[in-house]
Amino acid sequence: MAQQNRLIEGGRIARDSQINFSYNGKTYPGFVGDTLASAMLANGIDVVGRSFKYSRPRGIVAAGAEEPNAIMQLGATEATQVPNVRATQQELFAGLVCQATNGWPNVEFDMMASLGTVGASVMPPGFYYKTFMYPKSMWNTYEKFIRKAAGLGRSPLEADPDRYDHYNQHADVVIVGAGPAGLSAALEAGRSGARVIIADEQAEFGGALLHSKQSVNGMPAMDWVASVVAELAELDNVMMLPKSTVNGYHDHNFLTIHQRCTDHIADRAEKNQSRQRMHRVRTKWVVLASGAHERPLVFGNNDVPGCMLADAVSTYINRYAVVPGKKLVLMTTNDGGYQAAFDWHEAGREVVAILDTRSYQGTDTSAVIDRARELGIKVLTGSAVVEVQGAKRVSAVSIASLNSQGDQLAGPVSQLSCDTVASSGGWSPAIHLSCHTGSRPVWSDQVIGFIPGETVQKQLIAGAIGGTFDLQSCLAQGTRAGAEAANNAGFTVDATASGATAESVAETAPMALFHIPHPKETSRAPKQFVDFQNDVTAAGIELATREGFESIEHVKRYTALGFGTDQGKLGNINGMAIAAKSMQKTIPQTGTTIFRPNYTPVTFGAIAGRNCGELFDPKRFSAMHQWHLDHGALFEDVGNWKRPWYFPQPGESMQQSLERECLAVRDSAGVLDASTLGKIDIQGPDAREFLGRVYTNAWAKLAVGKCRYGLMCGEDGMVFDDGVTACLADNHFVMTTTTGGAARVLEWLEIYQQTEWPELEVYFNSVTDHWSTITVTGPNARKILDQVVDDIDLSNDAFKYMDWKAATVMGVPARIFRISFTGELSYEINVQANYGMRIWEAVMDKGAAYNLTPYGTETMHILRAEKGFIIAGQDTDGSVHPYDLGMGWAVSQKKPFSFIGKRGMAREDCVKEGRKQLVGLITADPKKVIPEGSQAVDDPKQSIPMTMLGHVTSSYYSACLGHSIAMAYIRNGHNRMGETVFYPQADGSAIEATICSPIFLDPKGERQNV
Amino acid sequence: MFYIYCPHCEEHREEEEFHAAGEAHIPRPLDPENCSDKEWGEYMFFRTNPRGIHHELWVHSVGCRKFFNMTRDTQNYEILEVYKIGEKPSITSAAAKLPAQSKVQEGV
Repeated sequence: MAQQNRLIEGGRIARDSQINFSYNGKTYPGFVGDTLASAMLANGIDVVGRSFKYSRPRGIVAAGAEEPNAIMQLGATEATQVPNVRATQQELFAGLVCQATNGWPNVEFDMMASLGTVGASVMPPGFYYKTFMYPKSMWNTYEKFIRKAAGLGRSPLEADPDRYDHYNQHADVVIVGAGPAGLSAALEAGRSGARVIIADEQAEFGGALLHSKQSVNGMPAMDWVASVVAELAELDNVMMLPKSTVNGYHDHNFLTIHQRCTDHIADRAEKNQSRQRMHRVRTKWVVLASGAHERPLVFGNNDVPGCMLADAVSTYINRYAVVPGKKLVLMTTNDGGYQAAFDWHEAGREVVAILDTRSYQGTDTSAVIDRARELGIKVLTGSAVVEVQGAKRVSAVSIASLNSQGDQLAGPVSQLSCDTVASSGGWSPAIHLSCHTGSRPVWSDQVIGFIPGETVQKQLIAGAIGGTFDLQSCLAQGTRAGAEAANNAGFTVDATASGATAESVAETAPMALFHIPHPKETSRAPKQFVDFQNDVTAAGIELATREGFESIEHVKRYTALGFGTDQGKLGNINGMAIAAKSMQKTIPQTGTTIFRPNYTPVTFGAIAGRNCGELFDPKRFSAMHQWHLDHGALFEDVGNWKRPWYFPQPGESMQQSLERECLAVRDSAGVLDASTLGKIDIQGPDAREFLGRVYTNAWAKLAVGKCRYGLMCGEDGMVFDDGVTACLADNHFVMTTTTGGAARVLEWLEIYQQTEWPELEVYFNSVTDHWSTITVTGPNARKILDQVVDDIDLSNDAFKYMDWKAATVMGVPARIFRISFTGELSYEINVQANYGMRIWEAVMDKGAAYNLTPYGTETMHILRAEKGFIIAGQDTDGSVHPYDLGMGWAVSQKKPFSFIGKRGMAREDCVKEGRKQLVGLITADPKKVIPEGSQAVDDPKQSIPMTMLGHVTSSYYSACLGHSIAMAYIRNGHNRMGETVFYPQADGSAIEATICSPIFLDPKGERQNV
Repeated sequence: MFYIYCPHCEEHREEEEFHAAGEAHIPRPLDPENCSDKEWGEYMFFRTNPRGIHHELWVHSVGCRKFFNMTRDTQNYEILEVYKIGEKPSITSAAAKLPAQSKVQEGV
């Protein structure tokens, strides 16, 4: 198929490499070296999408990151779908498949267009807020249709098959942008030996020079670029990153660079190759040479396909050999804009007229006007396009003369026939990265734009980002910035070297003009678009200011100016200028909104890198994990740990498994993998004193060989962890913590030792992973232990409850703790983790004769609840002190040092009557298990809102007891034993329960002492 | 993301290795029993939250596990100094004298 807009020669495309791509199901040809946008324009594709709100046909406007309309859904397969890709930044590859993002059912015929044209006046800014708010319940319905009609792209429904990765790097100088300024800087910094990274979002280095006809050092600009790139490539200390966007500039000179490694090659990356890479770079100095974006002018129907940026027209002609039309009308406020007309003319197409908005006095003229007239191009000064005619393509323009301020028309409207309108309102420096650092941009009347303000980072700027648009100055600034950055980073720069040079061109001052007046007032004129992606019009902004939105941040949010995926690159300054004018303020008075990361959208793949799937979050396994897997365990996540939840046997329901496991423990013996409990080794002459300060109970007299349960509180007196600590020697203890609380407890101990009591000599180490813990519990536990323990007397007299002993288990050194979380006779065997599996298997083997049954966390929870033992974090929530728990026995008020929590739990609110207290519950219906979280009330028939007394924290069916049990908070509960409360449920019923002690089984603790 | 110099390790490391632990220089009262509820409440709950110079407690949690203090400007996130526990800051909001910052570079 012919590429009707392709010139027969020129451009930086590979004409011998013709490739095909598919757009909306049709196949088109293009060349290697094209962007998707240039190939679409070459094929004469005018309409590339429909607008967000009004569904108006839209065409390609720009040639870079600022493109608002050509937003494509990319991907040949479901798994490789990528939404919202800017066609102007997507390199063409063979077999590329894309669809227009907007438009339903399609871009050529759009259902919503009728609403957009007929109902235009019914959709002012704030339309969605005003219209779809009520009734609130309908929003989900509205939203579905609004989103479908608007078309915001879609996520793939299948997993991304590609690989992404991260590079963490350090650099001396990072240069953002490889245009004339950036390349000059890189050369200078690179030659000094500094580690330099130069990144540019485009496929090739060169920036604006890629489509420039200027010369550098007396040679064509791109020849100079090639020589610089060749020299940089020779320098080992320089990393060149094309196709890489510096998307974020974060604290302390940290930059995130998004590199697209294979997006230009195929729909998905080669096996073992990364599709995209995120460079996370910490650098000493930064040179921002990020250039500028051209501003379009705002006029009637300026969104009709065929309206483009002047510089984009030059780019398509010079870089891609594509002339996006036949008859051009150019409107410009500056000399630079003329270049598009010159390039158009040179390409052999008709330039209908150049409309220069500036008024010239008498016979005044300028170099560009003279050149245009030499070429036979009509130049109308003091004139502008007020309105475009056409639907899916420009067919004509209405023009008129302007007064010298550009705020009123000064003559009658006439028509010019054309199919393309290029406009240039000057250039807005690309200050986005500078803004990321928190630096407020400042307005410059000379630049007619915002430039970076005072910086807090070690950062320099060079070139157009600072409002310097002249090539010679850009080169010189780049050279100086590169030298200074390298110098500041500690490298020596050859002071005699001078940078590249280009011819300086005298320019006539540009005109500060943003919004072209129309014969009708703005609200009645044809739509004058400011932000194409969100359909924000000049009239909409004026309406917002009339409705009282005076802050530019509010105008932005009310109109959605700058909210699209383009972040207002094209429209923001025009929008602010219109808002300012409407409020009769200056632009600096109105202020600007701030750009935040990211500069352009970044894929989730690049953000995640390898931190996905198995590597998303580390999993922790005990040494016996494989045994659990082999024996059918289901697992529960506790922190990062995978703990066996329960061990179902074939055909068992969960409840049946739990009942079997519980009864086995109570009747004979069970075994639990308790390795995940936090274990902190505490040593030092002051270890004992330290324990006394962090635990609520006494530690001064705990003898070697003994264990003690302790409660840990915050300074507010509220319980936050608990566990058993054993005294290994007078200066050596091992503390256990809850599985999830281990890291927090360790930091807690450290902060007090290091910041409050540095005089105490005590050291802490996490030894959680060093030990495997096998808990054998049940009436037959001793008989099982007898068969695996080689060397110690296990009798009740020799090895008492709450003792620990060093022993040898199957030839392996072990610590055995006789402590119990089930209320049964229990031994916790601790061995070095390497031996964990071996000892576990030996215990299982010897225990088989006693029906030794493995159980998981769920059975553990039931067994401890039968005994009324709390689980910190389940039965506590940071608002309960030990007395609320009925655990005043664990608080020693006699200790000389005011331990952590003592003062807190003595506060007025903590000692008042009527606090919620932990109690047990027995339901009237023994089979009924109260859902955890249920709220207690005295009278279930009272009117709503009911007076709530407290909630259920733990609730199970106890097979051993034959009825359900629960632990719960009840206001003043310790004084309400035997009373009845009710738990209303969502279905309207209420569960009746009696308040009792939370110790349901063996209140005297005889079973664990046998 | 911050780039933090650990005064114990004596080198710069990424923020990922550290934990912020709140405001620095809030000593636990030596005699808690004789604090009024108000005094104890102030110790526990009240912090200065300044705009500008702030002294913070940090811990090199996945490094040396040691705590240290940091003087940081909460407006621009610049870390002005780090110093060990027990030491006093040399930069305070009362002194209000910041070290020389990188100068503005406009147009180089």
